[in-house]
Amino acid sequence: MAAFAAARSSRGVLSAIKASFNTFANVKHGLAVAPIAQSHLLQHARWYSVSHLSVHERIDRKRNAALVGGGQKRIDAQHKRGKLTARERVELLLDPDSFVEYDMFVEHRCSDFGMEEDHNKFPGDSVVTGQGRINGRLVYVFSQIMDQAMMVGAPVIGLNDSGGARIQEGVESLAGYADIFLRNVLASGVVPQISLIMGPCAGGAVYSPALTDFTFMVKDTSYLFITGPDVVKSVTNEDVTQEELGGAKTHTAVSGVAHRAFENDIDALLNLRDFFNFLPLSNRDPAPVTECQDPSDRLVPGLDTVVPFETTKAYDMLDIIQGVVDEREFFEIMPNYAKNIVVGFARMNGRTVGIVGNQPKVASGCLDINSSVKGARFVRFCDAFNIPIITFVDVPGFLPGTSQEYGGIIRHGAKLLFAFAEATVPKITIITRKAYGGAYDVMSSKHLRGDVNYAWPSAEVAVMGAKGAVQIIFRGKTNQAEQEAEYVEKFANPFPAAVRGFVDDIIVPSTTRKRICRDLEVLASKKQTNPWKKHANIPL
Amino acid sequence: MAAYMITPTLQRVLLSAKHVSFQSRYCVVAGRARYSVVYDASEKTFDKILIANRGEIACRVMKTCRKMGIKTVAVHSDVDANAVHVKMADEAVCVGPAPTNRSYLNMDAIMDAIRITGAQAVHPGYGFLSENKEFAKRLAAEDVVFVGPDTHAIHAMGDKIESKLLAKAAKVNVIPGFDGVVENVEDAVKIAGQIGYPVMIKASAGGGGKGMRIAWNDDETREGFRLSSQEAASSFGDDRLLIEKFVDNPRHIEIQVLADKHGNALWLNERECSIQRRNQKVVEEAPSTFLDPDTRRAMGEQAVQLAKAVKYSSAGTVEFLVDSKKNFYFLEMNTRLQVEHPITECITGLDLVQQMIRIAKGFPLVHRQEDIPINGWAIESRVYAEDPYKSFGLPSIGRLSQYQEPISLPNVRVDSGIQEGSDISIYYDPMISKLVTYGATRAEALQKMEDALDHYVIRGVTHNIPLLREIITNPRFISGDITTNFLPEEYPEGFTGHRLTPEGRRELLATAAALYISAQLRSQRFMGNLRVSTTSQEQSQWELQVELEKKSHLVSLSRSGSSFTVEVDGGSVEVSGEWNLASALLPLSINGNPRVLQCLSRDATGQITLQYLGTQFKLRVLSRLAAKLTGHMPEKVPEDTSSILRSPMPGSVVAVSVKPGDMVAEGQEICVIEAMKMQNSLIAARAAKVKSVHCKAGETVGEGDLLVELE
Repeated sequence: MAAFAAARSSRGVLSAIKASFNTFANVKHGLAVAPIAQSHLLQHARWYSVSHLSVHERIDRKRNAALVGGGQKRIDAQHKRGKLTARERVELLLDPDSFVEYDMFVEHRCSDFGMEEDHNKFPGDSVVTGQGRINGRLVYVFSQIMDQAMMVGAPVIGLNDSGGARIQEGVESLAGYADIFLRNVLASGVVPQISLIMGPCAGGAVYSPALTDFTFMVKDTSYLFITGPDVVKSVTNEDVTQEELGGAKTHTAVSGVAHRAFENDIDALLNLRDFFNFLPLSNRDPAPVTECQDPSDRLVPGLDTVVPFETTKAYDMLDIIQGVVDEREFFEIMPNYAKNIVVGFARMNGRTVGIVGNQPKVASGCLDINSSVKGARFVRFCDAFNIPIITFVDVPGFLPGTSQEYGGIIRHGAKLLFAFAEATVPKITIITRKAYGGAYDVMSSKHLRGDVNYAWPSAEVAVMGAKGAVQIIFRGKTNQAEQEAEYVEKFANPFPAAVRGFVDDIIVPSTTRKRICRDLEVLASKKQTNPWKKHANIPL
Repeated sequence: MAAYMITPTLQRVLLSAKHVSFQSRYCVVAGRARYSVVYDASEKTFDKILIANRGEIACRVMKTCRKMGIKTVAVHSDVDANAVHVKMADEAVCVGPAPTNRSYLNMDAIMDAIRITGAQAVHPGYGFLSENKEFAKRLAAEDVVFVGPDTHAIHAMGDKIESKLLAKAAKVNVIPGFDGVVENVEDAVKIAGQIGYPVMIKASAGGGGKGMRIAWNDDETREGFRLSSQEAASSFGDDRLLIEKFVDNPRHIEIQVLADKHGNALWLNERECSIQRRNQKVVEEAPSTFLDPDTRRAMGEQAVQLAKAVKYSSAGTVEFLVDSKKNFYFLEMNTRLQVEHPITECITGLDLVQQMIRIAKGFPLVHRQEDIPINGWAIESRVYAEDPYKSFGLPSIGRLSQYQEPISLPNVRVDSGIQEGSDISIYYDPMISKLVTYGATRAEALQKMEDALDHYVIRGVTHNIPLLREIITNPRFISGDITTNFLPEEYPEGFTGHRLTPEGRRELLATAAALYISAQLRSQRFMGNLRVSTTSQEQSQWELQVELEKKSHLVSLSRSGSSFTVEVDGGSVEVSGEWNLASALLPLSINGNPRVLQCLSRDATGQITLQYLGTQFKLRVLSRLAAKLTGHMPEKVPEDTSSILRSPMPGSVVAVSVKPGDMVAEGQEICVIEAMKMQNSLIAARAAKVKSVHCKAGETVGEGDLLVELE
């Protein structure tokens, strides 16, 4: 099975660090390892038949060979590229001494083009796989063990640094890819899947990260593309560098393929540990609750002045989010893509929540194609993994224009609507200012089964803003300023929505944190199911 | 000074900013002097006062108005609609858009506000219209009382030459000098002899230090005359010279006066304001370490003579330069309430705003000169939103995302007009607050100031607490040996923050490491989750590496409860605390000594920013494994800063002097940014061709915004 993933780096550079493996025999989870190792030993009887060594000696020798991977030369080469070896990465990612490796004895079985030569064979070829702990919680690293991860209910993290298919292996490597894809798909919504791209990832291999829930990249040393710059040049005659085509900047700001990028291998792995703490282990586990030192009834006086008096003036939704959540800690997802919507994870009284907020600072916070898709995917992740969703609304509507209409804003906007409507996790919504038109409906409104919907005194729930509305209602009439004032008096406030029960309460902004924490406690036992179906048909 | 006790009631006076009540009667017992601050409801002054100002001073005035039972009217610009002074007032009127000349200086709009609200009097605060005689006249024309001196005094003291002549006439010391032009060398020696050495010889047309010489004797006068006239001729094309007394090691010491409309005047002792940067005061104290009772009385009496000479009424300040021999010379008189008035209030027990209002209504002073005490010592630090590492303070703006004043500490007074969530904007003065501490002795007041600065939480804007804390702990400052050149003398290369001692460094490293481990341990504690491995919980020993100021330090920790023993740099540090990771303050015990640090940021990659002894230090804590592997990480190439020009501060672009394709010389002006009424010329770091221009005149820019790129 290992034959498919010709991970150049890992083939070359299995680390020489033995610390974790000296304790290998003592590891409590070692049970799972033995049968797998056994089966591979049998597969590779050919190699051992020419040996004079005892089985024990051979195991030791192989294990040691696996630990140094492709040899010191290749380790050095990897380091020279500013990257760590697969084993170093795993060691940094996981709690000390918690890694239990599987398939250490796997080698490729390719016998063409000289690949059968012993010097081209490396135990633990291509990938380092196993399980370990992050802050004490179980995680599976890389993908072969996905079946077990699903069975046990633990997230899978893939650290991708691969040159692509081993061409010498032919169709076998393609089959290998498809195996992985299928497992990614089947695991989707069962256990969280995270890909960290730490080197090149090209061709078919890119679809594995694409199928996982989150894709993170390392700046300057990782690339993701279907076809590289050479092929691009020969087909479309475009001159483009690897970095421009599929670097971290491109995918986090332009394509929206990756969710975040980090400075280097170490930063990425340490951030990944931090991120992991937000996630439940599987769809059968509740959102994690960590110890919280931030008082749940803390008032946030700054929120009373954060929304400017002029309804057209921008403010930063992050100021609100950071003020409300525990310790101002907000792990933003896709911070550089579709910035008119903000999504990410935070904690309320220690419990993981998903935050969605319109960003008035960018494009007035209106919804467009990219922000709808960004929001929808995030909402669906939260719903799949029992993470309550808190939505901050300041939305003047959907972005008008031909580029949006031609691009299918109707279809894409529907995704966000669909995601919010379908979600059965606790949903709390705070309207901070504008909630206009269809966008109001979409943003986790009461009508889409919002559990608790609040409005700040600055909220305006209406079909549209006063100016536009008056121009339509009183078309051609002269005293529009007067009509506008009347409209503002009638609609530019939270009362029309409140009297109809579309908002549950108008709250003092500084009490927002207190209210949300209290509501989440109540909603912790929420049970809601959608009608039985094979699966819904979200407008893709 | 006479022994006395700080009674609990005195503390209440100091904290009165917080506790607003009406017929409060505070009693101060100070040695034998005894009097009370009385807010006497039966002494009828005004029903309603409009405060023509914003920020802390508007709030300050309103607090006293409330105590006196006077209704208050705030005026505000549109961006200030949410400001604290607006919320605090009984009524508020918007007087225009953000720029001060269209709002706080807009006399028409303010006159309208007075008419609408029916305010009987106006308190102008400081700055804005406080020394504008036109405004005082317009008020008088509508029978509205101006809480301040009459127009005659404002006018007389507002003119530099006239005020000096008046002062001379009132027998106030003025800087001796020769008003005419010096004819020749021997003339110069004669005049210098008359004035008395040292003297300053300066170009009549001069400026910027050119053509200026200091002479301590006749020979130096001769040489100085020759050199200065040459320099003056070449620099200004005008070799005429003046001679005046040179004030060596000058201190800026001012006398607070209080005068009523019945010819009574008092001096309320001095304020030492020598710690300045760019002629703006940073730290003030009362009394001065330098004055003896005789000098104090002489200065006070001259100040009162001047006040009486101009028929001054209300609170005013007479500023003096004092030389190393305690000779003092009149500088100017400020006909308004000063920024630093709280320290005088602390040591005298008077409420100056109350006195101003009483005087404005025509009540006579109730105190006699012998009633005015010096009770203890008061220090004021001006807390500014500015970057102290740039020219001792360039303005910074932003939203106060977190803000906690240290008012829970005893004998601390904070005068501010902002709160958590407030914006520090480019339109107004970047002062955040005036932090005043009080003690029986100077040492006590300084110790309180250290504590108060350590407990002051300001997030979201860059602030000058690092500089303030360094000043008040500077040995020269503590000894009282200061001049107006203190900052450039002590920090000739510019301010660089606190310099760590080896012991301080160990404390800081140990704290960062212990904080890191506390956070690590907490991230392993999941509530009610049975699927967490229990094997790793027992760890109590760690080996880490901590980076600080580009140096790596190996650190070993062992934990017992909430206390850590940290081995670092060949020493052992004991750090214990609550380790509340949600709190802005980090109260610790380090080797048994209490210390308050602040954790400004902390991230998953081990980056920790700590505020330690006022200065912010960036640290990185890594496991030994991660530290070992860090060497393999690629170096990120920093941006070539010589070919790009970024705005060093937020502000508005006044002018752009180049366009793409232009050749610029090194040092040539590229554009001008205005922030808080200060124009800053930005220059080219090297000779080059302009590649692109990213700003235009009139635009607002943020700190770090790209302005111009060079090729």
